Amino acid sequence: MSDRVFGGFGLALAIFYIWAASTIEDSFMVDVVGPRAFPYIVGSIVALCSIYFIIRPDDEPDWPHVHAFAEIVFAAVVMFAYCLALPEFGFVFSTTFATAYLTWRLGTAPLWSLVSGVGTSVGIYVVFHLILGLALAEGPLGF
Amino acid sequence: MEIFSLLGDGFAVALTPTNLFLAVVGCFLGTLMGALPGLGPANGVAILIPIAFSLGLDPTGSLILLVSVYYGAMYGGRISSILLNIPGDEPAMMTCLDGYPMAQQGKAGEALSLSGVASFVGAFVATCGLVLLAPQLVKIALLFGPAEYFVLFTVAFATLGGISSTNQAKSAFAAALGLGIAMIGSDSQTGSQRFTFDHVHLYDGIDFLIAIVGLFALSEVFIFLEHHRSNQGVAPKAAKVGRIMPDFGMIKKCIPSMARGTGLGFFSGVLPGAGASLGSFLAYSLEKQAVDRDGSSFGKGDPRGVAAPEAGNNAASGGALVPMLALGVPGSGTTAVLLAVLLQLNITPGPLLFTKNPDIVWGLIAALFLANFILLAMNIPLVGIFTRVLMVPTRILMPIVAMISFVGIYSITGSAFDVMLMVGFGIAGWLLRKLDVSLVPVILGILLGNQMEVNLRRAMTISDGDWFILVGSPLAIVLWMIAIAGFVLPMLMGRRMKKRMESMRDTEEFVGD
Repeated sequence: MSDRVFGGFGLALAIFYIWAASTIEDSFMVDVVGPRAFPYIVGSIVALCSIYFIIRPDDEPDWPHVHAFAEIVFAAVVMFAYCLALPEFGFVFSTTFATAYLTWRLGTAPLWSLVSGVGTSVGIYVVFHLILGLALAEGPLGF
Repeated sequence: MEIFSLLGDGFAVALTPTNLFLAVVGCFLGTLMGALPGLGPANGVAILIPIAFSLGLDPTGSLILLVSVYYGAMYGGRISSILLNIPGDEPAMMTCLDGYPMAQQGKAGEALSLSGVASFVGAFVATCGLVLLAPQLVKIALLFGPAEYFVLFTVAFATLGGISSTNQAKSAFAAALGLGIAMIGSDSQTGSQRFTFDHVHLYDGIDFLIAIVGLFALSEVFIFLEHHRSNQGVAPKAAKVGRIMPDFGMIKKCIPSMARGTGLGFFSGVLPGAGASLGSFLAYSLEKQAVDRDGSSFGKGDPRGVAAPEAGNNAASGGALVPMLALGVPGSGTTAVLLAVLLQLNITPGPLLFTKNPDIVWGLIAALFLANFILLAMNIPLVGIFTRVLMVPTRILMPIVAMISFVGIYSITGSAFDVMLMVGFGIAGWLLRKLDVSLVPVILGILLGNQMEVNLRRAMTISDGDWFILVGSPLAIVLWMIAIAGFVLPMLMGRRMKKRMESMRDTEEFVGD
């Protein structure tokens, strides 16, 4: 069943892709095949494979239970929130909380997670920003 | 001999103090990443590319750092195989079979030093093979026109699923997905905007580094989150290391095993679609056939069962560099990531690299030799350091890996949008892995997509729109036959190979090799 859903999704993606390819405009430069031919080929392969998934699906993969699934969704949400927080609150604060959350969810006691979060965040800041000079996100306080 | 003078120039590049220092750092980090379960060579190199790049190292320096990580990870994989019975990366899984029993018998130190020597032999011989074989392949590659190149890329995609692939439609889907992503951005030939939907972030296309780090490193974090419940409480207890110096009698006894393992490994590394995992698998199973036909000692701690697959996997990782450097077409996940390194540095691998930038090629090869000696020194007397790192629990380590991935991408792009895109790739990678779709063709598609299209369009321009130019030369026809054979063969024997490989291991899935 999962493969069938996947195939359906792939087919929709392929149709969308081919449609999007057909809207590509020519520029003043032209060559023999043009900018649309290769995307059409790629889109057709995606479509053919998707049809195959619908007709001959593989065995069902072992999907995680609701709990583990929610775990992944929340982790993804936290990571997106982290991306949005980076320019607002700066690297050190955002990273402390994101790391603490992940460490906590992977089975560390809450307080120790916070310790590990602070440690990771400050550690990365010192090594990558202060020593190696990489550009990290700056918050209102400059770090 | 021309090769020796070229290699001598290479050593002159690699032996400068900065580059030597980078090689040592790379070897250390690589061994560490190889040793940590879940962080294979592909992930390790992927995370470090953006960081090496934003450090502003010169191309040779970054290459030396990253290939040292690559070789180091191949060495390091065996450490957790032997001590914990968990392969540090996929190619190291065969080392578990005899390495862990040896450790249980109190011979962990011997197993580690023996496998260290075997890794050295495999990698050293393979690097020599690279020196001899790559220039020959370059001579053939110089005969390639655009049409032949297009077919060559097709060969790479057709064979990438590998001999143990069970569903070729999924490999093809993955490749097409990657090619499709590569099309986003402005067309390199005519400048038309494609699939950008007037979104300014997409005008330059999607940076392949974002896709690689997301698909490889972040999806690993999600896999960990999913599985940590079932793994909890069984914190692996490492076996005692014991005596570390190698037992010369044992090593002597294993020399033929290493030789066979090295040969097989190198061969499967050079072949498209085989790679290091198959190399170590073949080396182990043929070694078993050769010296232990009735199955009395293999699997129970036979040192030859450690030496052969370790020599095989390290030889394969050297062999895999041959097509990557000479043709610009990688055959495995890790070499795909190394190709990303080259592209990021604006170096296009392939025959022209050997004629135009011999300093880079031979500096790189010299660095490989150097890395080998550094790794031998690091992995035998100093192996204790790495075994201690294995004691850091993954629940602390995995978030650190995730954060370093974020740091790397943010530091090269400086945009929150790109970092979110990376998270999106991480989730997509997790879903695709659950659905048993390999991620390596996706990466390769993103990396090679534009070149593949450019070659197709050039061929068409030459033939003035006649598609038969794609089968217009004997070379192209031979390549088509390889592509078709590589795509069809796994359909006939993929299930059997997969079963044989799976019957020998019972661990989690890994990304690429």
